[in-house]
Amino acid sequence: MNQTLGRGTILFSYVILAIGAIFALFPLALVVISALKTSAEIVANPLTLPNSPQWINFSRAWTDAQLARSLLNSTEVTALTVVLICVTCSMAAYALARNTGGAWRWLSAYLLATTTLPIQLYLFPLYFGFARLGLIDNVFALSFVYTAIFSPFSIFLLRTYFLAIPREVEEAAVLDGATRWGVFYKITLPLVSPGILTVAIISGLNTWNEFLISSTFLQSHDQQTAVVRFYTLGGQYSSDWGEIMAAAIIIVAPCLVFFLLMQRRFIEGMAGGSVKG
Amino acid sequence: MRRCGAGELLRYPRSPLDRQNAPHLSLGFAMRFILPALLINIVIILIPALLTVAMAFVDWDGVSTPVWVGFENFRTIFADPVFFSALLNNIKWTLIFLTVPMVMGLAAALMLLVVRRGRNFFQIVYFLPVIIATVAVARVWQGMIYNPESGLVGWLKLHGIVLTDPLARPTTSLYAVATVDLWHWWGFLAVIFFAALRQVDSAQIDSALLDGASLLQLMRYVLIPAIRPTVTLMMIMTVIWSFLAFDFVYVLTQGGPAYSSEVLSTLSYRYAFYNYTIGPAAAVALVISFFGLIATFFYVRIQQRGGD
Repeated sequence: MNQTLGRGTILFSYVILAIGAIFALFPLALVVISALKTSAEIVANPLTLPNSPQWINFSRAWTDAQLARSLLNSTEVTALTVVLICVTCSMAAYALARNTGGAWRWLSAYLLATTTLPIQLYLFPLYFGFARLGLIDNVFALSFVYTAIFSPFSIFLLRTYFLAIPREVEEAAVLDGATRWGVFYKITLPLVSPGILTVAIISGLNTWNEFLISSTFLQSHDQQTAVVRFYTLGGQYSSDWGEIMAAAIIIVAPCLVFFLLMQRRFIEGMAGGSVKG
Repeated sequence: MRRCGAGELLRYPRSPLDRQNAPHLSLGFAMRFILPALLINIVIILIPALLTVAMAFVDWDGVSTPVWVGFENFRTIFADPVFFSALLNNIKWTLIFLTVPMVMGLAAALMLLVVRRGRNFFQIVYFLPVIIATVAVARVWQGMIYNPESGLVGWLKLHGIVLTDPLARPTTSLYAVATVDLWHWWGFLAVIFFAALRQVDSAQIDSALLDGASLLQLMRYVLIPAIRPTVTLMMIMTVIWSFLAFDFVYVLTQGGPAYSSEVLSTLSYRYAFYNYTIGPAAAVALVISFFGLIATFFYVRIQQRGGD
């Protein structure tokens, strides 16, 4: 279509796209310049560049919010969740890809429906149940909650990858004497590894960024995740915004690096479940 | 190239080719494969959800013995004026998100289709806000945009335009919060709509353009009809997510000032963890689920039908 369109139209499109880009980037640019300014500088004029970069904001954020500990907690929760999701969802997706009809269809509908339930529908009993069992502040227990919440999306995404594998590949392996489990583990699973990587990235990002559940289930100072610790760092007005923005950069940085390294997989993974056609 | 789409997520074998992938796992074996995921789902979601349904009919503070009170909790929330303002806020929220980001996303997707260079760059830029944690996004807007001292509002004040913090005024608080979510969210729609637009037959687009169609006409008569399944799915998801909206309201305003930005999910949370009245909290959760359920019905149907 690009040949059919006039120069004016294409120029107009770039203008609109640029406006969108400015809208997306403006707050982020403010974060970066503010993270390098003193509070006094920010209040004097929020939009100017820093006089001399205040790298100390980063070290203050690091120690004041004890980010080292909380980043470690976030990493722990995220890693556990990703492993749990990859293991349980690839198995479930395989079963759903290789079975059809009645009960399996209902099972799919049920899993799909759970993704649309409000967290408040199961948060309260879960919280009081966990409290009674002493599972509050337990990173392992929290990762099970995340696994339950993020798994339906992961299962349906992985299912499409399993459906793309021809049955003959597996049959050949069975004829060669492999067991059912062996076929799944040694033949099928490696073939869907791009799908597993996508699921790992998306569920990892969601876990790292999650706030409500994490703040409810990890309460003690030592167990809080980076996002929750960041939340406690500043109030509405009595805040050192330079320090807060430095902390924001620190907790967002891992996601940003991952995103820039694997943007195609990010975008396709998130769009994958939504584009119909 | 066809992308893996939600339509395929639940489509069951129809063509002879698909049938090659038809069942060849024994039932017992398949059950063992789905069991871990299903067990986690049942323990974390299904059982607590059923308990919440029961809790909606008891009086409980989280500690003492629950007492059965029938529909008393529903009477309590229906007598609470905040409940109705929160419900109204959810409806406003839904209407905002069904229109503004949809239009922005579709416009950006169309422009991405028009240009050839820089598509990838713009997609990455639009997607950046999507990957940033909601709490960080909220703090950034609170401090760097809305704050009357350290933010853009403060900068405007330096230049003679005096505004109050939009988050602190009851008339604007909800819209100020929605704007933040909008910033976080619209790029996702732009990227998804662009992915869908790229699947539209280019011959169809070219012939429309050769016939003298303007961009707007192209959008209306060719492109939107072609990607209708994706647009419909996104609208249904928008309705579902609008009733689930929590994070931004909770972090930016806690539902205030004077409950002006309270939505059902924050109201439910307030009943449970601030007032320790679990019954009304569960009742509100059921009301949210009711609205979600209606949208979910269409969602599951459209997913299982595989499109059109």
